[in-house]
Amino acid sequence: MYPPKIIKNLQKRALTIRKHVVDSIYLAGSGHPGGSLSITDILTCLYFHEMHHDPKNPQMETRDRLVLSKGHSAPALYAALAEAGYFEVKALNKLRKINQFLQGHPSISVPGVEISTGSLGQGLSVGIGMALAGKLDKKDYHVFVILGDGEIDEGQIWEAAASASHFKLNNLIAILDRNGLQIDGPTEEIMSLEPIPLRWRAFGWHVLEIDGHDIEEILMSFDEAKKSMKPTLIIAHTIKGKGVSFMEGTLSFHGKSPTKEQWVKALSELEQEEQELYD
Amino acid sequence: MTEKMRNLRDGYSSALIELGHQNEDIVVVDADLALSTKTKRFGTIFSNRFFDFGVAEANMMGAAAGFATCGKIVFASTFAVFATGRCYDQIRQSIAYPNLNVKIVATHAGISVGGDGASHQMLEDIALMRVLPNMVVVTPTDATEIEDIIPQVAKHQGPCYVRMGRADSPVLFGKHEDFTLGKAKILEDGNDVTLIGTGTMVSETLKARKLLKKDKINAQVILIHTLKPIDQDTIKKAARKTGCIVTAEEHSIIGGLGSAVSEALDMHPVPLKRIGVPDVFGESGEAKDLVKKYGLTAENIGEAARELVRLK
Repeated sequence: MYPPKIIKNLQKRALTIRKHVVDSIYLAGSGHPGGSLSITDILTCLYFHEMHHDPKNPQMETRDRLVLSKGHSAPALYAALAEAGYFEVKALNKLRKINQFLQGHPSISVPGVEISTGSLGQGLSVGIGMALAGKLDKKDYHVFVILGDGEIDEGQIWEAAASASHFKLNNLIAILDRNGLQIDGPTEEIMSLEPIPLRWRAFGWHVLEIDGHDIEEILMSFDEAKKSMKPTLIIAHTIKGKGVSFMEGTLSFHGKSPTKEQWVKALSELEQEEQELYD
Repeated sequence: MTEKMRNLRDGYSSALIELGHQNEDIVVVDADLALSTKTKRFGTIFSNRFFDFGVAEANMMGAAAGFATCGKIVFASTFAVFATGRCYDQIRQSIAYPNLNVKIVATHAGISVGGDGASHQMLEDIALMRVLPNMVVVTPTDATEIEDIIPQVAKHQGPCYVRMGRADSPVLFGKHEDFTLGKAKILEDGNDVTLIGTGTMVSETLKARKLLKKDKINAQVILIHTLKPIDQDTIKKAARKTGCIVTAEEHSIIGGLGSAVSEALDMHPVPLKRIGVPDVFGESGEAKDLVKKYGLTAENIGEAARELVRLK
C-alpha cells in the first residue's frame, strides 16, 4: 500500500505531463496524442517514483534504463524528462521544429533518452542488450521497456521475448500499453493478439495485469516485477487518449494534432481535473 | 609457385581474441553461425562475454545496440546476407542513427560463396551499408590485413561494417604492414592505368598488372580496404597520374567500390570501368567457375584496362 499523498502527487504530475503532451503536439501541428496519453501515468510513476536516475547526470552507470519502444509516444517521454529536469520545459514548445533537438521520435541525442526509437519492434531487443550488460557488469539496475500493443505484431518482439527468458533476464521489465487500438482499427480485428498472458507465459515470462491508469496498481506491479526470477511483462490496460474526453478510445487521435478549438477544450478539461485534485 | 592461402575468418577470430585479452569491454554476439564466422573461438575463451542469439539476427542487432549504450564495444557476426539484408532496419534505426559502437563483421559475402547459390551470395551489402550515415565500411584483403584492421575498427568510435568472403584467400602481406583505416595503399606504381581493387579482388588486380606488362602497359595498383570514408586524395592523384581507372570488386557493380570511386572523382572525372557482378543474382557452382562466368578475373580486369588505354 502506498500513502495517499504519494499517489496524489503522482496524479498531479501526470496531469502536468498530459497538458504538456496536448500543448506540444498542438504547437507542433502533428504527432501522436492517443498513445502518449495512454502511457502518461506509467511514465510518471517510472520517472517520479520508481526509477533510480539523475537528471543532472544522465549517464550515471548505475541508473535504471527506460526504452520507449513505441517511439511515437515521444511527446509523453519528453514531457516527463523535462519535468524531471533533463532539459528546460520550454523546449517542449519546439517539438518537431527544424533546428531544434526534440525530434518527432526519440533520439539518443536528447538528454535522458537511452536509445533512438521509432521503427517499431526493436526496443525490447535493445533492452535485452542493456539487461545483459547489467548482469555482465554486476550492476543491479533494471531495464524498463514500454511496448505498444499494435507493436507486438512485429516478429522481432517474439525473438526478443524468447531470448529474454533464455538469458534469465529478471532485471528486464516490459510494460505493454494495452489500449486496444492500432492505426487501422481495434487490435483484435486487425491482427489478434490474445491470449496475451498465455502467449508471454509460454515464452517464459512472469505476467501481471493492471489498470494502467491506477497509480497504486502501477507502483505495486513494479514492486512485484522486481521480485521475479523471470523477465516480467506488465500488461497495462489503458485508454488511448486518456484524460481528454473526445480523444479517449478514438482511433482518429492516434496520429493527429488537435485543432485550436480542440486544444482549448482539452486543456480546460485537464485543468478542471487538476483543480479537483488540488481541492 | 603456389600461393600461401589463409582464411580471413581465422585472422578475424585471432584479432578478436587478442582484443578480448586487452579490453574487458569487448563483447561478441552471433546468430547460430559462430562456428562458420569463427567467433566461437572467442566464445570458448571469454564465455561470459559471448552471446549466441540463435537464428534471430534482428534481435541480435538490437541487443548489440543495447550493449553499446552501456559502454561495450560489440562485435556482431553472421553471414553478410543476413547481417545487412535481413537487419537493414535494425542497423539503421538502432545502430547507425544513434551512432553506437557496434561493429558488424560479416562473412560469406560475394559470389564465391559458391554452391549455396544466390540466396546466400550477398552482392548488395556494400551498397546498403555505404549509404547509411555514420557507418564506416571496410572490406579487408587478406588474413594478415584483417588482423591489423580489426583493432582499428574497435578503436573507432561509432558503427562499422566489415565484410569478408568465405573462401581461403592468398596471403599477400607480411605481418603488420602499414594498414590504416581510411587510407588506400599503393601496392605497385605505374603510369598508364590505375587498377583499384578491394577484398578478394586485390590479388586479381596484381595478377592483371602482370598480364598488362606483356602488352607494355604499366599499371598502377591501389588497394582500398576502407570504402567509407574513402581515400579521395589517393584516388584523385591516381586519376591525374594515369588518366584512367579500373575498379574491381566481388559485389554488384551498383553501389560498391566502382560507385564510390566515381563519386570521389565527381569534379575531376576520367574514363573508368567497373569490374564486378553485373546487375543480376548469382547461382550455384564452384567458386572458381563462378568468378569466371561473372567476369571477376584478372583477365577481365586486364581487358578493361587495355580498352581504357586504347581510348587515350
